[in-house]
Order: sequence, then structure tokens, then C-alpha cells
Amino acid sequence: MKIALGGVVRGGTSLAYETGTWRDRKPIIDYDLCKGCGVCEEVCPDNVIHDVNGVYAIDYGYCKGCGLCAYECHVNAIEMIFEAK
Amino acid sequence: MGDNGKTERVLEGSEAVALAIKACRPGVISTYPISPQTHIVEALARMVVNGELESEYVRVESEFSAASVLAGASAAGSRSYTASTSQGLLLMTEVIYASAGMRLPFVITGVNRAVSAPISIQPDHQDAMSLRDSGIIQIYVESSQEAYDTHIAAFKIAEDPRIALPVMVCMDGWILTHSYERVRLVEQEEVDRFLPPFKPIHFLDVNDPKSWGPIADEDLYMEFRYAIHDAMQMGKKRIKEIFSEWADISGRDHGGLIEAYRTKDAEIVLIAMGSVAGTAKDAVDHLRTGGKKVGLIKIRCYRPFPYEDILKAIQDAKVVAVMEASFSMGSEGAIGLDLKAKLYGRSKTPVVIDMIAGLGGRVITRGTIYKIVEQVEKACESGAVPFEPYWMDLKPEVLP
Amino acid sequence: MSEKNAVQEKDLFVSGHRACHGCGQALAVRHILKATGRDVIVITPTGCLETFTLTYGYSSWRVPFMHHLFENGPSVATGVVAALKAQHRDHIRVLVIGGDGSTFDIGFGALSGMLERGDDVLYICMDNGAYMNTGGQRSGATPIYAGTTTHPVGKKSIGKPQLKKDMPAIVAAHGAPYVATASVAYLKDLRRKVEQAMTYQGPRYIQIDAPCPSVWGFPSDRTLEIGRLGVQSGLVPVFEMVDGRITGVRKIRTRVPPREYLSAQRRFKHLLEGNRAAREGFEKICAMADSNIEKYGLMD
Repeated sequence: MKIALGGVVRGGTSLAYETGTWRDRKPIIDYDLCKGCGVCEEVCPDNVIHDVNGVYAIDYGYCKGCGLCAYECHVNAIEMIFEAK
Repeated sequence: MGDNGKTERVLEGSEAVALAIKACRPGVISTYPISPQTHIVEALARMVVNGELESEYVRVESEFSAASVLAGASAAGSRSYTASTSQGLLLMTEVIYASAGMRLPFVITGVNRAVSAPISIQPDHQDAMSLRDSGIIQIYVESSQEAYDTHIAAFKIAEDPRIALPVMVCMDGWILTHSYERVRLVEQEEVDRFLPPFKPIHFLDVNDPKSWGPIADEDLYMEFRYAIHDAMQMGKKRIKEIFSEWADISGRDHGGLIEAYRTKDAEIVLIAMGSVAGTAKDAVDHLRTGGKKVGLIKIRCYRPFPYEDILKAIQDAKVVAVMEASFSMGSEGAIGLDLKAKLYGRSKTPVVIDMIAGLGGRVITRGTIYKIVEQVEKACESGAVPFEPYWMDLKPEVLP
Repeated sequence: MSEKNAVQEKDLFVSGHRACHGCGQALAVRHILKATGRDVIVITPTGCLETFTLTYGYSSWRVPFMHHLFENGPSVATGVVAALKAQHRDHIRVLVIGGDGSTFDIGFGALSGMLERGDDVLYICMDNGAYMNTGGQRSGATPIYAGTTTHPVGKKSIGKPQLKKDMPAIVAAHGAPYVATASVAYLKDLRRKVEQAMTYQGPRYIQIDAPCPSVWGFPSDRTLEIGRLGVQSGLVPVFEMVDGRITGVRKIRTRVPPREYLSAQRRFKHLLEGNRAAREGFEKICAMADSNIEKYGLMD
């Protein structure tokens, strides 16, 4: 692909760079405990937790596994599981 | 008749530049005072406050910011302009490199002045040379008239989508900025036809959000840098076309990338840039009447370096004397370095002798130029091409 | 765009950025843009933010974004504001999001110029108290006695000996109509302040305490926790100033001893480990927390 004049980049293109490979711990939501408060969505620096039709879902394609969602969850509904690489 | 009628006026060089800028209708002008550039931005300020010029006129706190304002304004899609000199240009250096890399087509007047230390407000070209490698196009002018004409062409060059680079029009401080000359102005409608509103390829647009200033590492950095060089090389043709288009409109032809003055059949060719070219032309005329086959190349466009045109103009010369108003400490003058690099290895090349002249405003008269020619003749007779450049009118008796 | 990406279609700051795990400023930026909406142009001086959001071919921004140099964010913003005015694009606002290195140190002159001119720019400083992009060197924003790589802790040093520059006061002294501090620990408050700032014209300033797990030295899941401890200990006062007067503060609910904040971070650990200088340093920081509480009225 030709380089753009002056290095200008189209907005939102980092979606093509999946940071999920950086992860060594994976957050798992326990939907029995989840109250749907949305704190996890709020505190995610990587914008990977979304309300999908009324249920919070984690996009593991980008989740780096920082654990903020699990630490901040008021009802301990998220567990961090070590992933074998 | 208004300022922009097809009229002739006696103007201070700075005012001629300000009138050219006004005619180009810049959206944004940023300014910071430094002698001998200040008269230009003062003249523009008067035009803005009197309602003659509709521009956002931004008074900043340093030249660094003056150039940065241009980067932002240009990226946001406005034609933008500032002027500076000497230390001010040096302070802008980092901004100019980045702006050329981001292909932002603003225009700067580089009023040429010596660089500290010691401090000197007198003209030479050392300041502009600090931006030599930055990717800014540099065009030097000989007179206020040429300054007026070149600034209008400069925006068209900068904004050409095949070029898309900042342009600096260089004019000698005091000699041009503060002297009065007859200047012929072109009507606004003609300028508008020649220079339509700025239409950038990309701009900061909320409806089509793009990002500027990325990191590019070893996989692409080189290509981005080469693209700047390529735009300059390819741009040479376009610059000539734009100059000649303006020559047709204004009725004044200052030449292309260079102006070759009586170089046909010349054995000795002088090379000069800026206001000294006028003196050199007089000297050439005088020497010619005395039977010496001397000519002059005035370099108008210094970056991109027009070696093709220079080589053609000196192909029959025996010797070329490069008059340099700047110096690369520990080496020699910049133009000499450029020229010798392009000549090396070719057959039948003239001898190139570097003459450092006019640093810090040291006066160059016709007499100086006669001495240069004598010096060159002597070197030719002895057959020994000196490694070291000549420093014209240097006072060895005061050296420590 | 893949199916899983479709959900981010409306976000102005998207995934795929390369910030470290648990990055405080990546989180803050998400919320800043939620508060500003899409009609903004963002200028970011060189620093972590620019580095992790814009590698050629990959941008995390869905608003027009420009990085130019380290020290000229404010003046580039001035240029953008001027161009918008010249083009009558009046509904578009300009934001600078800079780190503390560019804000407190290298771009300070440009910021002062922008403030003095009164340009209509919201300047947001992501304050993580050191040069994180280069690995944690001291800046004018580094808190006293924090260890940094250029002022390390050693036999003759308990970290940076100088106080953090009081930037909000300096900005307010320029006559900025709105100045605030915020913390990533209180995201609702942060969003509200950005919204509030957007209602003013002229230069506005928000300084966001953005904990950095990598350099402050704490686990990546504690970013908000560390932010909270900072605020609740009185060491990171969160307040709002209108026309130079403090108009609101975030009150401390349950006061946390500074020790808890300090001991949770590698950069302060040495203060709790024994020698006389460290003990004195520790006492001084405790006294600072007390004086902040009094000065800003952080407790009822």
C-alpha cells in the first residue's frame, strides 16, 4: 500500500491491531453474580467491555488482561484466569 | 487606485512583501518581532486593524510558537504565513523539520541575517542555511520587486499537491527589507486568478477524522523522507512553470530556478544568491567591457538545488567562483559543497573555487567582485586549486 | 470491519492502542472524549499518549488528531483555533491533551503564551508525575521524594528534593476562567469537569492525576485504587477554580493515612524503610497532606 502524504492516518484504524495477544490473564465474567452495573465498562482503559444487548461482554481481541475490571467490580463477578501460552 | 492596482509605487522592501502577502489572502498570520524582519509584520498588522486584510493575526511569544501556529493552521486547512530572521529561524528549526515531514504548505519570509555569536543584526545567509536540510523550499530574491513577485508564487508552489511543502522566501535584511525601491503591484483579481483559495489534500475535519504526526520506524521512515526529496526533485519543473505563469501575468521574468546572466561564452562564472546579484551584474558588465569573459549565475531556488540548470550554464566555463554568504564551520560554504558534489566524476568540469564573502554584513562592492575575479584568475594560472576557500576582505592583522 | 469491532463504531477513542496494562491516561482519554463529543480537534504533544495511539497506519482516534512536537502543543492549538475562526467553523472546539513533561517543563513557555493570549483551548494535562515515555525521569510535576531514574534513591538521596510545580495556580494566575484538577479514580467527576470546561470560552485547564502502573510501580489492576488513595490521603487535592477562586472540592470521605498511598508504590517505598532522612521525608509528606486538607478545605 502507498504511504499517505505527510503520514496522515485514517481515524479509528488501530482496530486492526489486536492487543489481545499481550494478555497472560483473562477476565471471565460470572453472569450469575453480575448485576449489570457497568463499572467494568467504565474502568477499562482498552475499551473492550461493551453492553451488547443488555449483557456486558468482553472483547478478548483487544483485552490486555490488566485486571482493572476484576479489581473494581463491586460484586466480584469477574475472575482473572491465567492463560497458558 | 488601491494598493493592488497595476501601479508602481516607491515602497520599503518590507512593505512590498506585506502587500504581496495581503494579495494572497492568508487565513492566518503569526508574528513575533525580530530585526530586521519586524517591518513586514507591522505592516500586516496595520492592514488587519484597518480592515484592509481579513486574516487571523496571532501575536505569539516566540518564533518557535510562530512556526507552530502555522503548522496548526495549515493542518486545519488555512493558508498561513509568518516572517522571521536569524536566531528566530534557528529557533523554528525543529518546527520546520516536522512541518516539512507532515507536508504542511505554509510560507515564511526568511529575512537573512547573521547568527550569534557575536551578535550581529547585519545580513548574511547563515540563518537560512540552518534550515538547509529540513525539507523547506528556499527561494532567494535580489530586489524588492522580486520579493513581491516571489511571495505570490511561493504560496502556489507550496500548495501544489505534488509539492506540498513549506516555502521560505529569503531576502537580505536591511539591504532589501529597509530600502526603498520602485515596485510594480499586480491587481487583486489577477492574483486571485493565479492563486485560488487553498485546497489541502487532508485537513483536520470532524466529518472525516484523520490523525497527523504518527510514529514510523525502520519499516517506513526512509520512504517518508525520500518522498520529501522526491517532491522537491519533481517539483523543480513545477516551480519553473509557476514562475513563468506569474511572469506572464506580471510582465516580469526573474528567471527560473536560476538566472543565468551573460554566461554564454563566459570563461569565469560567478555564482551568487540574494541582493548581491545586483552588484555582481554591474561588475560583470564592467569586466565584459574590459574584455573579460565573465558571467553570473544567480541562484533563485536553492532548495531544491537546481544543479541541472547550473551545470548546463557552466558547461563551457573554465572556472566557477562561488560567492558564499554562509559557512559550514570546519568545512566550507554550502553552495560550493553542493555544486562540487554534483560535478565530481564528470568529464570536462570547471574548477570550483569557494569565496566566503559578506558574512555579518561585510560590504560587497563591485571592487570586491573584481578582486574575486583576480583571485580566481591567479588560481587558474598557477594551476593549483586551493583546498581552503578564500575569505574575501578578511583582516588577518586582527586575528588572535 | 469485523463483527466484534462493529460495537465500537460510535466510540471516539477505540481499542488497539498500545498503552501499557492498566494505563491511567488511556482510561482518562476515553472519558474525556465521551464528555466533549465529536466536534473537537485534539492536539497532543509528544509523549506516551501520542506514542501509544498513533503508529503509522493505526490510529485510535475518531476525532481529528494532530501530534507535532513535544513543546508546541499549545501553539499548534492556537494555530488551529485561528484557522477555525478564519474559516468560520465556529462549532468546533480545540483540545490539547499533553503529559506533565510537555505541560510543566518543555512546553511551559508555549502554554503560558496560549493562556496569556486567551485562546479558546481546553488544555488537559495528563499528570503522571514523570517522563514515562522515556522510562520515568523526573519532571517539574514529580512529587517531592519520589524516586525517578534521573533522581534515583541512593545513599545521598531520598528522591526528588523539590516540590511539584503548582500548575493550577500558575494557570489561574494567567486569568484562565476555568481551572480544575481531577483523578481517573473519579471518572464521573472527570467527565463533569470536561463538560463544565466546554461551557467556557477562552483558555481552560484540567489536570488529571493519571496513575502509571509501569513507572509508579504497582499492579496494573490498581490504577483507580492508587488514584483514590492519593485523593483520600489529601496528597492529590481535587478541586475546581472559576476566575481564580476555588469553587468546589472533592471532599475526603474517609481519610487515608499517607503511608497507605506511599507504601503501595515502588517510587515511594524507600520513605518507609528506615533511615533518618527517609523518616523526615515521610513526615514532611504527611505534613503536606495536612496542609492540603486545610488549604483546600478537603474535610468538613
